[in-house]
Amino acid sequence: MSLLVDRSSRVLIQGVTGREGSFHTAQMRAFGTNVVAGVSPGKGGTDQDGVPIFDTVADAVAATGADVSGIFVPPAFAADAIMESAAAGVRLTVCITEGIPVLDMVRAREFVLRTGNHLLGANCPGIVTPEQCKVGIIPNHINAPGPVGIVGRSGTLTYEVIQGLSQSGMGQTTSVGIGGDPVMGLSFSDVLYLFADDPETRAVVLIGEIGGSDEETAAAWIHETGFDKPVVAFISGRTAPPGKRMGHAGAIISGTTGSAQSKLDALTAAGADIADTIEDVVRLTAARLGATSR
Amino acid sequence: MKLLEYQAKQRFGAAGIPVPPGRLARTPDEAAAAARELGRIAVKAQVPIGGRGKAGGIAVVDTPEEARREAARILAMDIRGYPVRSVWCETGLTIEAELYLGITLDRDRRRLVIIFSAAGGMEIEQVAVEAPERIAKLWPDPFAGPQPYEIRQLAFAGLAHAPELRDRVPKLVSALVGVTTQLYQVATSLDALTCEINPLVLTPEGMLVAADGKLEIDENAHYRHKDVGEELARDESGDDGRTGDDPFEVEARKRGLTYVHLDGDIGCIGNGAGLTMNTLDLVKQHGGEPANFLDIGGGASAERVRDALEMVLLDTKVRGVFINIFGGITRGDEVARGIITARDQLHITKPMVVRMTGTMEKEGRRLLEEAGIVPGKSAPEAAATIVALTRDQT
Repeated sequence: MSLLVDRSSRVLIQGVTGREGSFHTAQMRAFGTNVVAGVSPGKGGTDQDGVPIFDTVADAVAATGADVSGIFVPPAFAADAIMESAAAGVRLTVCITEGIPVLDMVRAREFVLRTGNHLLGANCPGIVTPEQCKVGIIPNHINAPGPVGIVGRSGTLTYEVIQGLSQSGMGQTTSVGIGGDPVMGLSFSDVLYLFADDPETRAVVLIGEIGGSDEETAAAWIHETGFDKPVVAFISGRTAPPGKRMGHAGAIISGTTGSAQSKLDALTAAGADIADTIEDVVRLTAARLGATSR
Repeated sequence: MKLLEYQAKQRFGAAGIPVPPGRLARTPDEAAAAARELGRIAVKAQVPIGGRGKAGGIAVVDTPEEARREAARILAMDIRGYPVRSVWCETGLTIEAELYLGITLDRDRRRLVIIFSAAGGMEIEQVAVEAPERIAKLWPDPFAGPQPYEIRQLAFAGLAHAPELRDRVPKLVSALVGVTTQLYQVATSLDALTCEINPLVLTPEGMLVAADGKLEIDENAHYRHKDVGEELARDESGDDGRTGDDPFEVEARKRGLTYVHLDGDIGCIGNGAGLTMNTLDLVKQHGGEPANFLDIGGGASAERVRDALEMVLLDTKVRGVFINIFGGITRGDEVARGIITARDQLHITKPMVVRMTGTMEKEGRRLLEEAGIVPGKSAPEAAATIVALTRDQT
């Protein structure tokens, strides 16, 4: 089993002809993702390396039955692309674009919610179900199938965890990057909710960072619902000063909200194992898997 | 991007929110002229931070001579590092009550929140702690905006704990519907993530007037508000080009680098925000103090790596640099070439520790080793090494 994407997913790419879009579409296809369509307004009727290109998402969905979209369009057009995708009935929209104005995201997120579809990101690395489907920019070679679910805000730290686990023989059911923006689609608790229902996921690694209180909300959710899978949590930004944006638009401690300590305290109280380094993540996950497999 | 008080008020005024008459003065003479025209005025330092009143940046004056003297004094000030480039000269208000009205992003609800309180004039965070029942909130539908009935609910809720205003409530609520609608218009049209009137003054005549103004525009939306950015740049840097912002961060912005200046002495460079934050954390865990945060982003070229190293070393406090790379789209060999070029071109003699893993890792390591730079194995080990190497220098 897996979350949200698997070998049956039919993927379309918005912004497929751009520099990032074309490069990563090739990478996704090399991974084995079934990319059925590209969307690039004005270029409908052409193709790119055999992938048919459509002018609109609605056309692409009608012609190919695409049910997942990956977005690589520039920030000024990304919120519109998200809404176009959800309105066309695409079940999961994954927005990779970084730098989308926050109020655009407030509207786009709300729009997707009202269609009943899912949004992942923006400013996220995407999602991978090893050996089945990848939508986004997570490097191909680091993933391996197995029993661990991963959910993270930061791209590179998520890659590090995937690679660390894979190299130690612990593969993944699905790895999900929710993104580093202050307003995003799926949250930590949304993804945990999906992992709860996936019987093959036997442990979850949560990679959080300073800013906002999504990690605290997830901790409360774990506690209230009695989420019964072991959670290993890692939080970056312990040394970040308040009021400074640490790279991600959402990584900022505002007043008393968003500190690493508050997140660590909440996750500890919810029964998560706290890892101080990536090496710790691997060690603690191995220990938890060992304990549950016996 | 934070607007100055007078810039915020100009935008409030243009949207129909009453603001006190005022004039901007960049010289003591201009302040004297404003006093001649307006009479008794407040002379207020225009700086993009709070606490200027306490710092002596506001004076109430009765005559042009007084205005000239006080303006000269304030224009010579630095308030918490920010040079005062101009003063806003504004007529005083007769105050019946001080209210609070603000709009900000609520990350938990993923919407803007409109906050209203009858307890204006002090920090809203302080009210939230001391008298949370005096704060009322509204999370408007992002497509429809706040509706009059919702604003009335907000206003009634915020006035419920203000018995002193009981007689004023009906008129006040109706005035608040207008001001709140206008303020929301300002916030959304400017992509403001903070838009605040504190205090919102109720005059004896029953008028609501914005006595102060705070506006902060979303960095991601700067491209839609270039005019504001240009206006701000003109206003903040005087003849010497100095602003109150950290000079290293100003320089990094010019170079297009994501950089945050910190107090320590170990330069830190990583790819990806989370990984770079973790790089700082590792330095600290091993007893060092990070000098900065610098994220080279994804797929960085050798040239960008060179620029990053140069930027970090502009801070002469830096005694060594820790470079932490996870190769996804970023290639190890490219990063290695950037580091070697930087060392040779910039004659770097300070210790550098490079931790490299992922795409083209072997090639990157080989290049570094050939150039006499020893790549560290794990990130914690590399952090321990750079801390030890920079300690040895003392």
